[in-house]
Amino acid sequence: MYTETTHDAAHGEHHDHGPAKGLMRWVTTTNHKDIGTLYLWLAFIMLLYGGSMAMIIRLELFQPGLQWVEPHFFNQMTTMHGLVMVFGAIMPAFVGLANWLVPIMIGAPDMALPRMNNWSFWILPFAFTMLASTTFMEGGAPAFGWTFYAPLSTTFAPDTTDFFIFAVHLMGISSVMGAINIIATILNMRAPGMTLMKMPLFVWTWLITAYLLIAVMPVLAGAVTMMLTDRHFGTSFFDAAGGGDPVMFQHIFWFFGHPEVYIMILPAFGIISAIIPTFARKPLFGYSSMVYATASIAILSFMVWAHHMFTTGMPVAGELYFMYATILISVPTGVKVFNWVTTMWKGSMTFETPMLWALGFIVMFTIGGFSGLMLGVAPVDTQYHDTYFVVAHFHYVLVTGALYSIIAAFYYWVPKWTGHMYDEKLGKIHFWWSTIAVNVLFFPQHFVGLAGMPRRIPDYSLQFAEFNMISSIGGFAFGLAQVFFLYIVIKTIKGGEKASAQVWEGATGLEFEHLPSPPPYHSFTEAPPVK
Amino acid sequence: MSPLKLAAIPLLMFGFGFALVPLYDVFCDITGLNGKTGRIEAAEIDANKVDTSRTIEVRFLANTNTGLPWDFQPVVKKMEIHPGQVYEAVFRVRSASDRTTLGQAVPSVSPGLAAQHFNKTECFCFTQQELAGRETRDMPLRFIVGTDISEDIQQITLSYTFFSLDKG
Amino acid sequence: MIFNKLSRRFLVIVTGLASMFSMSAAHAEYALNMTESVTPIGQQLYGLHMLVLWICVVIGVVVFGAMAWSIIYHRKSKGAVAANFHESTTVEIVWTVVPLLILIGIAIPATGTLLDLEDAKTDADITLQVTGIQWKWKYTYVDEDVSFISSLAQSSRDVVSDPTGNENYLLEVDEPVVLPINKKIRFLFHSSDVIHAWWVPELAVKQDSVPGFINDSWATIEKPGIYRGQCAELCGKDHGFMPIVVNAVTEAEYEQWLVSKKEEAAAAAASAEQEWSMKDLLARGETVYQANCSACHGPTGAGIPGAFPAMTGSPVVLGDPAGHIDVVVNGKAGTAMAAFKGQLNDVDIAAVVTYERNALGNSVGDMVQPSAIKNAR
Repeated sequence: MYTETTHDAAHGEHHDHGPAKGLMRWVTTTNHKDIGTLYLWLAFIMLLYGGSMAMIIRLELFQPGLQWVEPHFFNQMTTMHGLVMVFGAIMPAFVGLANWLVPIMIGAPDMALPRMNNWSFWILPFAFTMLASTTFMEGGAPAFGWTFYAPLSTTFAPDTTDFFIFAVHLMGISSVMGAINIIATILNMRAPGMTLMKMPLFVWTWLITAYLLIAVMPVLAGAVTMMLTDRHFGTSFFDAAGGGDPVMFQHIFWFFGHPEVYIMILPAFGIISAIIPTFARKPLFGYSSMVYATASIAILSFMVWAHHMFTTGMPVAGELYFMYATILISVPTGVKVFNWVTTMWKGSMTFETPMLWALGFIVMFTIGGFSGLMLGVAPVDTQYHDTYFVVAHFHYVLVTGALYSIIAAFYYWVPKWTGHMYDEKLGKIHFWWSTIAVNVLFFPQHFVGLAGMPRRIPDYSLQFAEFNMISSIGGFAFGLAQVFFLYIVIKTIKGGEKASAQVWEGATGLEFEHLPSPPPYHSFTEAPPVK
Repeated sequence: MSPLKLAAIPLLMFGFGFALVPLYDVFCDITGLNGKTGRIEAAEIDANKVDTSRTIEVRFLANTNTGLPWDFQPVVKKMEIHPGQVYEAVFRVRSASDRTTLGQAVPSVSPGLAAQHFNKTECFCFTQQELAGRETRDMPLRFIVGTDISEDIQQITLSYTFFSLDKG
Repeated sequence: MIFNKLSRRFLVIVTGLASMFSMSAAHAEYALNMTESVTPIGQQLYGLHMLVLWICVVIGVVVFGAMAWSIIYHRKSKGAVAANFHESTTVEIVWTVVPLLILIGIAIPATGTLLDLEDAKTDADITLQVTGIQWKWKYTYVDEDVSFISSLAQSSRDVVSDPTGNENYLLEVDEPVVLPINKKIRFLFHSSDVIHAWWVPELAVKQDSVPGFINDSWATIEKPGIYRGQCAELCGKDHGFMPIVVNAVTEAEYEQWLVSKKEEAAAAAASAEQEWSMKDLLARGETVYQANCSACHGPTGAGIPGAFPAMTGSPVVLGDPAGHIDVVVNGKAGTAMAAFKGQLNDVDIAAVVTYERNALGNSVGDMVQPSAIKNAR
């Protein structure tokens, strides 16, 4: 199917240089595949780091009473867990996938701005080292929640908060640079014939995500800058004493924060839209409606931020507007789920590991969507708000949603990346182990939340004991499953059955039709033909 | 789209983050969010426009925040008022310190929907208040509740919180 | 082989979990669903919650049912051959419009409930000001001159390392807030430091308390009883340890309680008039310190480096008594140090200041009398 070998032979003289040798290859690389790999490894390390903090949280919550950590340290754990998972695991993983996949999906030789690409990655290890180092400083790591509401994060926070602010600035700069690169690549470097409406949905969702990133990461930067000047330079943006308003912090934060949660799920939609048709051996149902639904979700995401703030004392008119806008999002999201189910309908399905993760995504993301709809109904949200019901909701969309799609993407594309098939039996064990564990972990949290357990507490009353113990057991099992995943990843990189160029019987797209597995270090130096 | 043009978007959005601060104030003015009250000039008030058919209870609360050695109380805890008429209420503040101290009062009205109809012609919250050691001061507040206030509102609470402005 | 072993282990875990479920089912208080409310608005919320929940369940059954059907019947191993359809405008319109109609069906009752929830129409009978303070609640009955602090009960503090069998662990306070039934109560929320949220599930009241601003909420309690809740907004170190207990009683009992609270306040004022001995001040000071100060400054006065200063050797404590009293009475702006003038009476502040100066590794040697505190208010 592919014609790359002949290209290689023809253009061998001036293009056939491989990667540099040794460690410097990774430090100086401008190759999109290398940078994609770096991002994915960083995300994995952060997943294990954030995960180990989750283990400490679940250990302390295993039974009532304070057995393992102090409340102040517990708050540091919940805060750092959130920050690391959002900014360190999920977002870099998606950027890594974009780096690896966008050029080979649109027939481009590399990213549009390869040097900036190197920079946007290498900022991150410094940002996270700085953030993580606060744990060992006097005053400890940030302990005000990943949402860092003022004035707890300004007047009442320890000096280490300044490191947190600087780290957030660096992450923001990295994300914005990465996003600009992705947009420039998609808009300027598509192979002839690859029109916008022929692009794979992963490329489409990333294009929209990248626009969201450049629109909202600077707002977050603005918010932390205001925090910084409030803390040190005598301004009072969030301090009522000087005419400011702490609730305004929440408005600015969630103006960033709500689009941010879509930044973490839109690329997942693209991944699932690639995997389901492959294993149903049937084209994706409603391609154009998928594109429009993604765009409408992105636009709506700017208009619903205050649904995180129904208990701050908004006027009724505001609450009504934000309720209507919020539940409206379930329409385009529903369209996506219906399209996936219809793609499977009358297909010819097989259930290799990537398909299992994708199916798991659809079911559990939909459960997270249901609880999201419930949370959107403003009057009842006054009861759900800031309880474990919310914790269950966003872990269903972020763990069994975003993370599941990332793992699905790994199994789906790793044969393409490495040329080795992963071990199918281990992959399936990984899926069933994780899926049972994750439901034991998060489903009971709906119950304790409804029964009245607030989130972010290190200890709880005895009525919540049984479910918390179950949840912790699920948590430990899920954590262990991801260590097992690390083993699978290393095993696959080191060797395995050789993968064909197409890898999957039903796979389509430039990366499967025109490139060998693994692809050459420099691929598509000449644009492939697009049908 | 060239990368340079793209880079303009985050710069603009960074500015927009700060623009949200004044925008938020405008938004609050319109919706009554956060219960900040308005200020009008005495000359703007039409003395003939008093709605005597309605009576609203206005309750006053006084709080001091950390660091301020003041005792702060409303002289009258609540009043029955008619919309459209100007009333005066007095708050008494007493310093328990021997030093000179500086404070700023921040008003808040509840329910939020009443805030946009609650206007003041004179208030001790318009300026910073400086008290000499052990000084006691009566501070007046002249206010008017607009006649266009919703029929649903029968009780209004006006709260003042004094914040310390003594840095260090 | 490996797979067999794993599945056997799995079986063990599953049966273990199942037995835990059945064990705990024996506990009566074990809840799966939202707490049922004792206020009319709360019952409305519960109804709305159930409505949306059932709508989600029905949609779930349809969507997951269709998925399961194709997973079972449209699989390659059963010889299914893929169809090739990939577009249908009609279908797309249907599954955009039908969800929209369902949403309208949810939005109509939700709007009604929301308007009822924000009900300012009728006069409230009682106004209760609730102030969030790190990490306790202050209640002020604004028409009655009754005000007190309510914090986590000692019975819960004593058993944090092993609360087994401690009923209402972390949900018990030293001083519950007492409210009459069948009266419209208006809550005014305020904070003296960070943002807190006052939440009692059975009253269906959850509202943020924000420094500098007031928020309000209403409730009419229809059934006498004790209702428990917790702070619902992360407010720092002891966020998990600031419970709320509402004791709903008949009007007569409420009036009686008000009288006793006023008598209590008068007695406390009288005890502030007398001179106290060092021994009595130290004994009382220790109790006050452990209840109010030890959360930040540590039970032994060591503090938390970088976050909260130590008492031992503190320049404020070792310095002039007036400066020490000023910090305790008025707090320190721009820090987490609260003003205790609204929380503790003259005797308690005098006792705790004396204690800090002469215990926790300090030995200044002087004594502070309640009259000095009175002078500083």
